[in-house]
This record gives sequence, C-alpha cells and structure tokens, in this order.
Amino acid sequence: MWIELKSIHKHYGNVRANNGVSFKVNEGSIHAVIGENGAGKSTLMKVLSGYTSRTSGEILVDGEPVYFKSPEDATKIGIGMLYQDPMDFPQLTVLENFMLGQIKGFRNSEKKFKEKLKKYTDELEFDLSPNAQLKTLTIGERQQLEIIRLLSLGAKVIILDEPTTGISVEQKDKLFAALKRLVKEGKSVILVSHKIEDVEILCDKITVLKQGCVTGEMEKPFDLEKALMMMFETESKTPVRSKIVPGKKHIEMKNVSVSGGRTGLHNCDVTVRRNEIIGLAGLEGSGQGVFLRCATGLLKPYSGSVSLNGKNMTGKNILSYQKENTVFLPTNRLEEGLIPGLTIKEHYSLRQKSRSLFVDGAKASSDSKENISKYNIKGDPRTLVESLSGGNQQRLLLSFIPDDAELLLLENPTRGLDIGSANWVWELLQDFSKDNNSTIIFTSPEIDEILMIADRVLVFFDGKIIKDVKTDDTNLDEIGSAIAGKV
Amino acid sequence: MTIIKEENTTISLLKDISLTALFVFIFTTLIITISGAPPFEAYENIIRGAFGSYSKFGQVIKVWIPLTLCSCGLLYTFKINLWNIGIEGQMIMGAVFGMAAFKYIPGTCPAALTILIAFIAGLTGGAIWALFAGFLKTFGGVNEIFAGLGMNFVAQSIILWLIFGPWKREGIASMSGTEQLSEPLWLSTFTKMRISPTAIVLTVASILITAFILKYTKVGLGLKAIGSNMQSAFMYKLKPTSYMLLAMIFAGGFAGLAGTMQVTGVYHRLIPTISSNYGYLALFVVMLANYNVWAAPLVALFFACLNVGSIQLPMVLQIDSSLSGVIQGALVLATLGVQSFKTMKKKRREYNNSNGRV
Amino acid sequence: MEEFNLTILFASVIATATPILLATLGETISEKSGIINLSLDGTLLLCAMTGFVISYETNSLILGFAGAAVVGAVISSIVGVFSIYLNQSQVAVGFVLTLMARDLAYFIGNPYSRIQGPQVAHMPIPFLEDIPFLGSVFFNHNFTVYFSMLMIFACWWYIYKTPYGLKLRAVGEHPGAAFSRAINPRKSQMLYVIAGGLIIGIAGATFSLSTKAGWGRPQGAEGTGWIALALVIFGGWNPIKAAVGAYLFAFLQTMGIHFQSWFPSVPAQVFNMAPFPLMIFTLLIINFFQRESIILLAKDKPLLKTILRKLDNTAPTSLGKPYKPDEY
Repeated sequence: MWIELKSIHKHYGNVRANNGVSFKVNEGSIHAVIGENGAGKSTLMKVLSGYTSRTSGEILVDGEPVYFKSPEDATKIGIGMLYQDPMDFPQLTVLENFMLGQIKGFRNSEKKFKEKLKKYTDELEFDLSPNAQLKTLTIGERQQLEIIRLLSLGAKVIILDEPTTGISVEQKDKLFAALKRLVKEGKSVILVSHKIEDVEILCDKITVLKQGCVTGEMEKPFDLEKALMMMFETESKTPVRSKIVPGKKHIEMKNVSVSGGRTGLHNCDVTVRRNEIIGLAGLEGSGQGVFLRCATGLLKPYSGSVSLNGKNMTGKNILSYQKENTVFLPTNRLEEGLIPGLTIKEHYSLRQKSRSLFVDGAKASSDSKENISKYNIKGDPRTLVESLSGGNQQRLLLSFIPDDAELLLLENPTRGLDIGSANWVWELLQDFSKDNNSTIIFTSPEIDEILMIADRVLVFFDGKIIKDVKTDDTNLDEIGSAIAGKV
Repeated sequence: MTIIKEENTTISLLKDISLTALFVFIFTTLIITISGAPPFEAYENIIRGAFGSYSKFGQVIKVWIPLTLCSCGLLYTFKINLWNIGIEGQMIMGAVFGMAAFKYIPGTCPAALTILIAFIAGLTGGAIWALFAGFLKTFGGVNEIFAGLGMNFVAQSIILWLIFGPWKREGIASMSGTEQLSEPLWLSTFTKMRISPTAIVLTVASILITAFILKYTKVGLGLKAIGSNMQSAFMYKLKPTSYMLLAMIFAGGFAGLAGTMQVTGVYHRLIPTISSNYGYLALFVVMLANYNVWAAPLVALFFACLNVGSIQLPMVLQIDSSLSGVIQGALVLATLGVQSFKTMKKKRREYNNSNGRV
Repeated sequence: MEEFNLTILFASVIATATPILLATLGETISEKSGIINLSLDGTLLLCAMTGFVISYETNSLILGFAGAAVVGAVISSIVGVFSIYLNQSQVAVGFVLTLMARDLAYFIGNPYSRIQGPQVAHMPIPFLEDIPFLGSVFFNHNFTVYFSMLMIFACWWYIYKTPYGLKLRAVGEHPGAAFSRAINPRKSQMLYVIAGGLIIGIAGATFSLSTKAGWGRPQGAEGTGWIALALVIFGGWNPIKAAVGAYLFAFLQTMGIHFQSWFPSVPAQVFNMAPFPLMIFTLLIINFFQRESIILLAKDKPLLKTILRKLDNTAPTSLGKPYKPDEY
C-alpha cells in the first residue's frame, strides 16, 4: 500500500501547523519525517491517522482519495498510529488495552484475544504479561503493545511519532528489529523523529518539515549535514562548557528517599558544590523530576536528610527553600509554572516583593516592559500567557529567575525551543551563573545537550542515581548505556 | 485579509439578554400552563407582589440585603475556584452567633453597642463555620461541596436544637422560633418601607469593599491566580491553603453578617428557616452575574423581586411559590447555554476566517 | 420500646436501601464514563413527583415508573449536553439543575400533596421466602427491591465483564485514547449519562410509589441524592462496593429510628441530619487511608495492606473533564 499526501493544510485558529505538505510514502519502505520541535510533524501524522481533520488537501491511498472522520476510518483502510503522548489506558490491564478497539458486541472473548496477543508477542519477541496493569509497564513496553494492537487490527502502514524518546537503548534495538521485520513482510512504516541518528540507521527515505512546509526530500545514502541544514534555519554557534572551579558545599542529600512521580527517588546521596553545572540524564520519569522537586522543597523526603549551605532543610516547605535562594523552573510551563488566564503584567504583579497589600500597577507595567525587551518575549504586558508560543512562555519563565538566585533547578529548560533559542538560553544561564556564583542543576532528554553544558552528569535509572561522573571522564556511549540501566 | 466585524458589545449583550429572557419566558409559561394556572395572571401577580406598594418593595429590599451580602462572600470563593455550597449553613451560624450575643449580653449594655457586638459575633460565627469546611477541604481532602453540604445540615440541626431546647420560648417549643428580641435591639427602620438604613449602608459598603479587594489588592490577585492554576502557586510564593481558608473566611463572614441581619433587622428572633435558602440562591446570583461584582447586586435585586413577588401566588392562584425558584434556575441555565453558543460561534467564525485565507 | 428483631431490622434495611441504592448505581454508571451528574438530589425529587402524579392520574404503576425514568433521562441529558457539547462546568450545571428540579417538583406536584395514591404491591417470592432468616430478609419485599438487587449485579457484570463495559471504562479513563480506538467518546458519554438518568428516575419513583409512598413538601427524599453522590465515592466507582455502602447507610438510618426512641428529648430533625456529618466523616477516613504516608506504613503489613486495597477508590481518570475534539 502506498500513500500520497497532496498539499495538506491544517490550521488551528490563526496557527498554521501544516501549510501545504506533499510527499509520497512507498510500499514496503521506512519513511522518515524529520524536523525540529514544532515543525508540524505530529499534526500531519494526526491528520493522516484520522485523529484530526484536515483543513484542506488530499490524501491518496493506492491512488484513491480517502476521507477520514475518525481514527476508525483510517484503521479500516490499514493506517495505524503510535502517538507521541501514549494513547492508552494505564488503569486497565494489558489484555484490556489490547482488546479495546478490536472487540465488538456483547460477547466476552477474552480467551481468543489472549491467544492472539501471545501469537504476536512471540512473533516479535516482545515480553508482555496480559494481566499486568498497564501503568506498571515501561513506556517502551507500552509502545510494543500498541504496535501489536495495530498489527492485529490489520494495519499495513504504521506511523510512529517520536518512538525513541523515553525508551532504553535495548528497547530501541528491539523496536527497530521489529520494524525491519514488518517492512520485509511488505508493510510500510512512517517514522517521525527529531533525532537524525535514528533516522540514519533505519530509514529508506527522508522528508524534512520546517514550519509546516516540506523543505527537502532525500533518498539513501543520506547527506546528514544537508538534512540538518534543511531542518534548521541557520547554524548558530554552540555554547561552550564554562570551566569553573567548584566551591563550598551547596546542597547535600544524604540517603534521601521520596515518593512521587512514576518511580520515586530511592537512597539518594549527592553533594553539589557551589558553581557546579550539573546535568541530570535518564529516561523520562526515572526520578530526575522527583530529585529536582525534592531539592526545592516541593516534595518532602520520607527518609534521609537534605541540607542547603550547611543548614538542615529536611521537612521544610518550599518557602523556606526559596528563602535560601533556590529557584525551580518546571517543564510543564502552563501546568506548573505560569497561570493561564492571567496576563504577563499580572504575573509580574504577583512576583512583586513589597509587603504592601496593594498591587503596584505602575511597577508591574515597567517590570513587564523591561523583561519583554530583555528576554525578547513576543507579546505585550496585556497578553494572556496561554496565548504565547511555547518558546515565549519559556522565556517568560526564565525572566522570573531573581537576581539573587543561588541554586537554579531547571527541568528541561530548553523544551520546545529551536536550536538558536536554546543556545541563547544557555549563554544567558552560563553568564548568570558566572556573575552570581550560582549553581545550576538541570535535566534534559538529550544526552548531547547535557554533555555540551554540564560539568558533571548524574544518571538516573528507576528512581536511583546509578552514575555520578565528571563530563570530562565520560562519553555519549557510556551515558547512553547507563541510561538503560547498565553501568 | 478579511477583517472580522466586531459587533457592538452593548447591542450584543442586549441581544443575549433578550434571547435568554425569551427562552425562560417560553419555558415558564409552559410550566405554569402544565400546572393548570393562567400564566399571565401569574406573571402579573409576581409583578404586583414585588412593586404593588411601598411596603412590598421594602420587602424586596429586605430580601436583596442578605442575598447581596452572600453574593459578595461567594465572589471570593468563586475567584479561587471553590464551590462554597456551605454558605447556607454559614448564614445560619451567623444568625445563631448573633442571637447568642443578643441573649447573653446584659440589658445594661447600650443597644447600639449590643447590636455592633452581635454583628461581629455573627461575622465570626459564619467565618468559623466556613473554616470548618475549609479545613475539611484543605487538610482532609473532602470536596468542598460535600463538606459544605454536610456542615449545612449540621448547622440546621443546631438551630433546631436551640429553638426546641435551650432557647425555646417560655413554656412552648415550636417552629415559630425563639423569644422576640426587645425592641431597642431591632435595627431602626424608615417608617413607610420598613427598611433599615444601617443594613443598606452595610450592604453597599460590602459591595464596595469586595470590589476593591478583588481588583486592587494582592489578595484579590492571589485568589485569582490560585483559582486559575493552583499548581503554579509556588512560583509566586503563594500558599494555596492559606488563600483558600482566607476566601472561606471572607465568604463565611459576609454570610454570617447576613444571618445576624435577618435576626436583628427582619425576624427579630431566631427561626428555623432563618437562612430562607438565600445562600443557595446567592450561588445562582453570582453565576448569573458572571462572577462580576457590579452585576451581582443587580441580579440579586431581580431575584429578590421574583422571590417576594411569588409569595402570594399560593393564596391567589393556588400554585406553589417555588415558581420563583424554577424561573431563577431556568435563567441561569439559559444564560449558560447562550454563553456557550456564543463562544462556539466565535470559535467557528475564527476557524472559518483563517481557512478563508488559504 | 419496640422489640428488637434482627430479621425485621435487616429486612427493613434491604427495603429502605432500595431507592438510594438505585440512585447510587445510576450515578456510578454516569461517573464511570466521566460525567458527574450533580443534579441527582433534585432529579430524584422531580422523578418521585412525576412517578406519583402519573401513576395517580393513569392508575398505572408501570406508566409512573416509565414517566419518572424519562424525566430522569431528560434532566441528565441536559447535564450531558451542557458539559459534553457546550463546554460548561458539570458542577455548575448540575447544581443549578438540582435546585431547579426540586422547585419544579414542588411547583407541579403541589395539587397532589398528601393524597392517597397507588403503591407497589407486596410480592414475596414463592419458595425462596420460606428459607429461614434469608427468606424474610431478601425475598419478602415488593418488585422494586428485587429489581434493585438485580441491578447491582447487572451493573457490575456490564461494567467489568462485557466489551461494552470495557469501552465505558475506557472513555472514563482517557476519552482521547478511546477516540483513537473506534469509540466516539462524546456519544458514549451522552449515552451513559442518559442511562444513569433512567436508573435515577426509577429510583425517584421508588420513593414515591414504594419506600416513602406519596407526595408532599417535603417528601422525605430530600438530601438522599447528596448521600448517593457520596456513596459513589465511598464505593470507589464499583457497583458492588457502592451497594455495600448503600446498605450500610440504610442500616444506620434504620438504627436512627431506634436511637430516636431511646433518646426522646432530642428533636427528630437532629436525627434526620445525622447521616450528613457521617458522610463527611466517611469521606475523611477514605481520604486519610489514601495518604502516601499511610500507604508507605502499610508496605510490609499484610493486614493493613488488604484493608487499604479494599478501601482503594481511584476515580476514573477523566472524571469531570469532558473530551474536547482536536479541532479549531
């Protein structure tokens, strides 16, 4: 089965997520759609899988135009999608998840589906227990289940949206092996990714998207540098690790255990010295988020002790940590950082330090204007924060870092930023740290970014720190296998 | 590029209101017809009942006062996204505390001072009762709707117990309430409409204070911020728990004031139905006013007219006075509906507009 | 003081529990799909009135029940349309409807107050009623009681044992994911809100035609809707656990009548209010046991762990957050 997209448009209000995208996916091939975050890849795939309706354009399957009102219509034709945000049911069991979407009528056919599930897991060498609750599975295992389910529905084209984010190296190998096998059987795979290295080892053809448009196509063998050029506007200079001498003990955790997140944090022993820049690596939800939230007082440990600048802070709340000049910037900007419904100016009013009962409107106005220009935020004081783009929301959040901040705890500080903005952010943070003698602890899903910025790397696996190493003494492969749990 | 034609806001507001009114009119007429009464006579009766004479309009103002006070309180809790259903019980406890002050302050104390202490007591009583629900919510994890509702029933049984037990009238315990207050402890009134100027001044002051706090102080901004997104509060060093309790104290305080007002200004004693459902009705008022401080007193006035106007329906037309509640509910529901249609239409228009430009 | 007889006590518990049990089941179905029908309390009254008036006018109990079910469905469909399609807060709409339905019931039912009307006939089940103790407790009632008991298992079976039930749970958990699996979340939420409404309607009619036969202001059903809403939480959105809650509640209510005769000095109204603080207390306990620290404490204590598991009541993940299609 081959698919052709002709001039696909998808608009949300005034935002044009896809702006006339056309390309062709051949039968029995692995086709990559690459582009940076926000290039419109996910939206395009949601259109192709029937999850979202297109604004205009045509989809041809084997030359015939098709119209999807729902994902059901797409699956009937044989197009199935593995979504980036897992579209499954953590509270239900593996078998129930497998059955949903396949079962009809009143008859309880659990037995039949159990057999079917076993057949597929054996075939693809996956290991899934049907009665386990889905929430106990890793992201990688949940993906495996989704792929099996799509196959069982008779999918001939499988779309995978960023499947390698958040899974271990081992699971990635397993996934890629399974995909290659499927292609040999004549099925097609569309792989959406922003990681060019994944694409290189797996795919036959590349389509590059940028700002909702196709900016290039490429057949094997790939010229990766050219592909990168197509993905990003300009090549900007990358920040250099600033070599700083660590100072006194800043934050110290002794045998700390915290519950929360997917894994919690277990028996964590870390000492961070002043001026250090530390990168936290690990699969998403391996305990890094819990670590940051514990280091800022949002989560309280149930055992162990935390001290800041030599002061015992165990059990204190976030306000006491803030008094010690710690700052935490979360990754879910609109959920945990900003307040939708409030304007930029109101955010600055809320951050006013004065003890007065009244809001100083004039100062809030001048604060917002000053920061808007300093941080290059595209908006004005009266703009509601939810109408800012992701990158601008991040800039606004960064502008909240007070001048006297000593310990910066940053969760994915460059999420949703293009390379240029990300580099700008890092330069800013590095300067800040140099000028203020402050310590930075940050997480990132990209090992490259961590190796580029951090002096020291902590690798998290299943709620534990399993590696603590100076950046100079390690490399990408070592960190990569540590992330997968192999030290 | 096409320019979206913005409708004049006043005209569009009038359009919405008349559309809502039309819905409600049709619905109510239908309901009255089903009940077998002549609809237009019923409407006429309501209008006459509310505006027929000075004393009737005075009655309307007497309902407007507690309704507006409760609405003021609810503006705080709605701002922080709490459903303070417990306002009914808070009003009752305000009345109980106020009555206690009247009962136990010796007669030698000047009347004006006694009344002042009673008001403070009532305010405190309502606030304490609200705090119970607030604690259940913040520390007990019990949804404020259930907590508030439960506290309402507790308040109701306390007031019944007092009226039938320790505070019963000499010799007889009955639903008609406790012993009357001595006349100096009544709020003085204008002769013709029998409205108390003190009550009106207090109510207007409450509206102004609420408007000011919500708009110009950090408390107001903090309530709004936490109400919009509690998870982000730590970024601005706001404590959601304290703000929630604060909002409850405000709401309970105003409701308690309303309760005491009913005791000293209207009934001059404690009766089992001292809150007259005004707390619940105030929730409607604030919703219909779209959580706007200035619109709330107007809506409250309208609702008071409906309430007072329908009092004589049972006598004249033999239909139940709960008709006013039906009309009020229908109004809120229709308003919500019209609102939704408008936003949907607006979104669709924006969507089509953006597509038109391809 | 009347004689204290266990058989009679339990039989009357089973009988009094009937309407509240049905109401709880109806609400459970609705909430399982993600929609909170907060109009429950008023809807019960309106349906009680409808059932009574229709039965009185037509002299047909079946029409009475059917009419009440339809009214229940209509009210819940209003909640459904406002929250699913019009994007309004479920709490707001439900609350407005609960007060409005109550007033509507009093208004329309006014002429039918305090009159003798039809009542569901007593119908012991032959043979089964002769079983000692159990027979009199379970099988010596009228039809509505049997129906309610049957409904417990019917609901449980439907939700947990049929493909339809699986889809229902899926919608309540993650409507977006359900959509990607050939389920129309809006349609099915609408369907289950209405289905819940039908059962709530029958529950209302059960009040006025059986449990507290007759109509008046107050009818006596006031407040039960709120209790039923709390029982859904108590039951952890599981019909069987919810039913246990309903029977426990009815037990306390029945005991309350005895208490009243034991403490004659306390006004009757106070006893009538007692269930509500009790309800708060129960919710408090349930919440307490879900505290992280308690769960950690129970980690290596098997008994405590079992108790916790029994008390565990995770709400459907998307409860109260209706599905918004990825459009505009």
